[in-house]
Amino acid sequence: MDSDEDIMYDDDYDDSGNESSGDDDVEFAMVEEPNNPKERQELDEYPYEVLTTEQILQHMNECMKEVNIVVEMPSTVIRMLLNHFRWDKEKLMERYYDGDPEKLFTEAHVASPFAKMAVPAKIAKKEHRRTGPSVEECEICLSTLPSSVMSGLECGHRFCVSCWAEYLTTKIMSEGIGQTISCAAHNCEILIDDATVMKLVPDAKVRLKYQHLITNSFVECNRLLRWCPSPDCSSVIRVQHVESRPVTCRCGHTFCFACGNNWHEPVRCTLLRKWIKKCDDDSETSNWIAANTKECPKCKATIEKDGGCNHMVCKNSHCKTEFCWVCLGPWEPHGTSWYNCNRYDEDEARAARDAQERSRAALQRYLFYCNRYMNHMQSLRLEHKHYATVKEKMEEMQQHNMSWIEVQFLKKAVDILCQCRQTLMYTYVFAYYLKKNNQSVIFEDNQRDLETATEKLSEYLERDITQENLVDIKQKVQDKYRYCDSRRRVLAEHVYEGYDKEWWEYND
Amino acid sequence: MYSPRSEASLAQSCTLQRQEKRLQKELVALIKEPPPGVVIDGESVGQSLDLLVLSINGAQGTIYEGEQFQLQFRFGPKYPFDSPEVVFIGTEIPVHPHVYSNGHICLSILTDDWSPALSIFSVCVSIISMLSSCKEKKRPPDDSMYVKTCSKNPKKTKWWYHDEEV
Repeated sequence: MDSDEDIMYDDDYDDSGNESSGDDDVEFAMVEEPNNPKERQELDEYPYEVLTTEQILQHMNECMKEVNIVVEMPSTVIRMLLNHFRWDKEKLMERYYDGDPEKLFTEAHVASPFAKMAVPAKIAKKEHRRTGPSVEECEICLSTLPSSVMSGLECGHRFCVSCWAEYLTTKIMSEGIGQTISCAAHNCEILIDDATVMKLVPDAKVRLKYQHLITNSFVECNRLLRWCPSPDCSSVIRVQHVESRPVTCRCGHTFCFACGNNWHEPVRCTLLRKWIKKCDDDSETSNWIAANTKECPKCKATIEKDGGCNHMVCKNSHCKTEFCWVCLGPWEPHGTSWYNCNRYDEDEARAARDAQERSRAALQRYLFYCNRYMNHMQSLRLEHKHYATVKEKMEEMQQHNMSWIEVQFLKKAVDILCQCRQTLMYTYVFAYYLKKNNQSVIFEDNQRDLETATEKLSEYLERDITQENLVDIKQKVQDKYRYCDSRRRVLAEHVYEGYDKEWWEYND
Repeated sequence: MYSPRSEASLAQSCTLQRQEKRLQKELVALIKEPPPGVVIDGESVGQSLDLLVLSINGAQGTIYEGEQFQLQFRFGPKYPFDSPEVVFIGTEIPVHPHVYSNGHICLSILTDDWSPALSIFSVCVSIISMLSSCKEKKRPPDDSMYVKTCSKNPKKTKWWYHDEEV
């Protein structure tokens, strides 16, 4: 594992050498940024750890212990307080010593660990009764039961253990609530601690789910932790500070720590989020409708014209309006001038036409960028196939009297090909939002250059390698991937420089 | 015998019995001593344990004095751990800022703030006090929209509790 992680760090170092700042941490980068670019690269590594679920639990316990050393309270109380402050230890300590701890407990809905002395009158009575023949009525099942099967928290609300079990199971399994299960009594906000849940829930499956919910909320509340987003992976990445940087999980998935999406250099998290939302929602469907259809001027049915003359008869059986497709006016005044609408230039028609042209242009613009984005994504998906064919090729070449080390260039070429595709894919997101200016022209030149070179490299890799052309091809592939790699860096560096110097202007 | 484990696994196998037992006890107590303003038709009660219809009389001195409403309770298999579905039914639906014209009631204890320690009795008391404290007969502002779009089951509505005082 160690060696893997070393490689991982190396990759990071390579990938993000140009990156100066993440989304929100501009100040941080400013502090760290030395003048010498080489020095900067060296300082610019992004340390992180991959943790398993067990390590997360351990980490959670360590956090709690650290607080416990100072404040000395039961561990669940600490957990609930920490959760209240989103696992910010300093904030908790500050609040704890700053003012009134009791107020803090109330605010976090935690039963005060110091309140045992001051028992409310209601429980005092019950306690008293418990010393007698000791039967109590459970308010949930309305049965009168021996006190030995009744249980409750410091708030004094007591129910029988089977009702507790049922209540907790419902909360955990049906409602998916772990961290914030309150006492079963109406209006009682006191939260139930771990030990009590574990004691009262008989079913191991439910207890496991509870533990999972607790760890999940720990990870989700903690800014420095993030679940690996790949399906079926239960690892967590832990960083020292939040930045938009690539991290690679033990499962091999590389993603941006700040937003959890696939690593998306050079575009920033915020723009990417906007793009993904745009691609996911229906806005482009409605754009298509606006660009390619018109509405019946009377019944507003949506009509796509796929041929024929401009004399339209609405197919809607209770409408049947006759109108002109061009001007959308009634057909009658058009008389017999079937194919040219002499009312074409009237203001209203012109306005409608302009609006349609605008949405048609907007749609075309979106499709242009979306197509390219999707193309690169598609090619990237074939990366596994790529690696397989390259592996075959490498074996073949080794049979042609080449050593193992001599054929490694092929794997390296595919690595770089994939990196280039990934970067290119996200340059289209960036470009979609970019307003044209001098710098954007340079960016587009860089993009085009990288794209051409990447396609060339891809083409070389698909060629047959024979004994005769082997040396020649190796030279060509190596030259090409070195060129691609350097162009990719230049492109990214230019974009990051633009972020720093505020060159980029965005559309909407 | 009463260690938590055996008690609880016993409970799981007979959740339904326990639910019936609790409902029966609740009903017996309710018939014996209904909350003020609630009328229970003893005959209809025994018929089905998952459905209960009772009448609520507008309290004296309030704007609903002299009116009578039908309140329907439907109990799911998880009652009392899951809240009952409570709606006004029939032709008389109280005109109230928290009661929609289809009978749905916006009351936090019926969803988010439900606790298994609450009961038919406490729900009735809450609804009566909700009616009694009302000073002006009007429908919720979004009534027409809600009635058109809501689910038949009010528990499927994500309620937004505007205020607590009415």
